[in-house]
Amino acid sequence: MTLLKTGRWITAVALALLAAVYVRALAFTPIERAQGAAQKIFYIHVPSAWCAMLAMGLVGIAGILYLLLKDPRFDRFGEASAEVGTAFSCVMLTTGPLWGKPIWGTWWTWDARLTLTLFLFLLFLGYLLLRGAVTDRGLRARYSAVLGICGLVLLPFIHLSVYFFRTLHPQPIVLKPSAPSLPGSMLVTLLFSFGVFTLLYVGFVTQRYALAVLRESAESGGAHA
Amino acid sequence: MDSLLRHAWRLARKDLLVEFRSRTAILSAVVFTVLVLVVFNFGRDPTAVAAVDLAPSILWVTFTFAAMLALNRAFQLELENQALDGLLLAPVHRASIYLGKLLANLAFVAAVECVGLPLFALFFNVRVLPVLVPLAGVIALATVGFVAVGTLFSAMTARTRFAELLLPVLLLPFMIPPLIWAVLATGALLAGRPLSEIGGWLKLLAAFDLAFIVVAFLLFPATVNE
Repeated sequence: MTLLKTGRWITAVALALLAAVYVRALAFTPIERAQGAAQKIFYIHVPSAWCAMLAMGLVGIAGILYLLLKDPRFDRFGEASAEVGTAFSCVMLTTGPLWGKPIWGTWWTWDARLTLTLFLFLLFLGYLLLRGAVTDRGLRARYSAVLGICGLVLLPFIHLSVYFFRTLHPQPIVLKPSAPSLPGSMLVTLLFSFGVFTLLYVGFVTQRYALAVLRESAESGGAHA
Repeated sequence: MDSLLRHAWRLARKDLLVEFRSRTAILSAVVFTVLVLVVFNFGRDPTAVAAVDLAPSILWVTFTFAAMLALNRAFQLELENQALDGLLLAPVHRASIYLGKLLANLAFVAAVECVGLPLFALFFNVRVLPVLVPLAGVIALATVGFVAVGTLFSAMTARTRFAELLLPVLLLPFMIPPLIWAVLATGALLAGRPLSEIGGWLKLLAAFDLAFIVVAFLLFPATVNE
């Protein structure tokens, strides 16, 4: 039960800090000249996209470790990370169009980056569906490890696509070879938000991991659990 | 290494022989391809959209569906009479089972594509012959990419519930990147653009193929070991 409580505490702290991100982004960060207030969603959209990518990456790494060490903890972690990643991809895919409508004039465009992040979301769904379709625990762990590793290999191809195609989506402004190209106060807000979202990810995954442990003990303990 | 390839070839030959004797799956796949092409013909307004604008998408959607059909049967075949257990008991390396299945699937999909491409040229009045060699290169590179991933996934989905449904759901996200590059390259070729323009896409396709063949080769044993 302690793991579940730790997860709850981390999540509670992260949610409180998330409120601080909103306050800072709305009241203490300058309004962008070309995009106006719509740009504020950037402080939610980019960190959630980061968390979705992080979640997929960690699902893949957990898969590699599971196949090497056969430790069920990595499988549980993969399951937890995939579910949390699905939630963050949902945030990314809803905040994106909200910004796109006033700035691009359309909710959705079949631009390379949008298309491929949509498929990242579908990849998470596929992973969860595969877990649901296999009943044997060992087989399920191995299959999902294989799928997770393939997803990890797919990620660079998704990221490369941004550079190879003409795209409407703004280019990376922080994680790029040259120095970040945005004013200091905006960068601070963004980095703060990155930290809070990562903490939120850790909190959610810890709780979900604890639930997986509880479910397994209930399954092996029979009906009296 | 030598025995790895020899065993893979034996396995591929066995699969193709089974297929050649019965000819049910290949005929169904070919008829299916023809039907998809016919359906596309009714799905567009010929006065509004020129055939050549839509041609790359039609070609690749058709090939995607055809490949899906082929991949589904690869391991389904082994489930009858527990043939897969026999295969796993045989003194061959797991990786050669993967290679064998990959070769057989590639031959199967290539056969379907060989029928699909001329029909596509005929139905949609697309001039394929002048660019046949580079187009065949694009088709080969893209097909290798998604058959490599698909063979790995079909080994997993064959033993799950809803196998026929789960394979496309898992595979499509992986098919999209090579599919996008192949559609762009095909479009450029059919529009008579110089070959130098598609070089970048061919490189990406080759990188994708290489990455996923290596990954699948390493991961395949994990999908079948008991």
